[in-house]
Amino acid sequence: MLQRPSGGAGRRRGGSLRDGAQVFAALGDETRLALVAKLCRGEPLSISELTQSTASGRMTRQAVTKHLRVLERVGMVRCVRAGRERRFEFNPAPVEEMREYLEFVSAKWDEALGRLQAFVEE
Amino acid sequence: MANDRIEKQIELKAPVARVWRALTDYREFGEWFRVKLEGPFVPGQTARGNITWPGYEHVVWEAVVQKMEPERLFSFTWHPYSVDPKADYSKETPTLVEFRLEATANGTLLTLTESGFDKVPAARREEAFLRNDGGWAQQMENIEAHVAKA
Repeated sequence: MLQRPSGGAGRRRGGSLRDGAQVFAALGDETRLALVAKLCRGEPLSISELTQSTASGRMTRQAVTKHLRVLERVGMVRCVRAGRERRFEFNPAPVEEMREYLEFVSAKWDEALGRLQAFVEE
Repeated sequence: MANDRIEKQIELKAPVARVWRALTDYREFGEWFRVKLEGPFVPGQTARGNITWPGYEHVVWEAVVQKMEPERLFSFTWHPYSVDPKADYSKETPTLVEFRLEATANGTLLTLTESGFDKVPAARREEAFLRNDGGWAQQMENIEAHVAKA
């Protein structure tokens, strides 16, 4: 019945989380979605690797860099350095956090609708 | 990937007229939603009242009624789980809650949707969680008491 949203990994304190609107906006672009899909597999990737992997295959470094910046700004992607090379990895916190919030509100509605049902069916 | 709305369906063994009353009569709504509203729901106006959950009686619940199409659609906007009396929620974009009713052979099919979560600030989402940590035990007791009464 009552379900506490599982896990707490997405609920980080501090300023790293941004508005949900920005997370959705960041995902509302085919190229960025493709970049996220690629990074979701877990391994941090360099810009050259990401340039090759885009759906169109014709993305320039500049374009990939620009899209990564947008994802970085909302906290979905972070830059890690391996020696002199910059690599990018996926950070699931903002997406997780949104999902957990929806689960929370959803559980509240289950309770409320359960009470409504008891109320009208009695 | 992420989703910004909630949708629920429940079939109620009660006629549409009965469900409509439970949703839109402010006293009946207050019974199951646990809020003591000051007056009737009127489209375009703010409905207001104190929450009746033990421990939350100091919290004022507010919603702006959007549509009331008899026995079909009842909707309001609100700031979900905005329970901090000191916070000003008025600058934040509210979510839209819609109750849709449809007659079925056995009663009423109620579809609830809440949309617009993409506009809820991250800080507010965290707050709902944090407060909820203390609130669950209370809610369990509430439900137990309700079930025991029935």
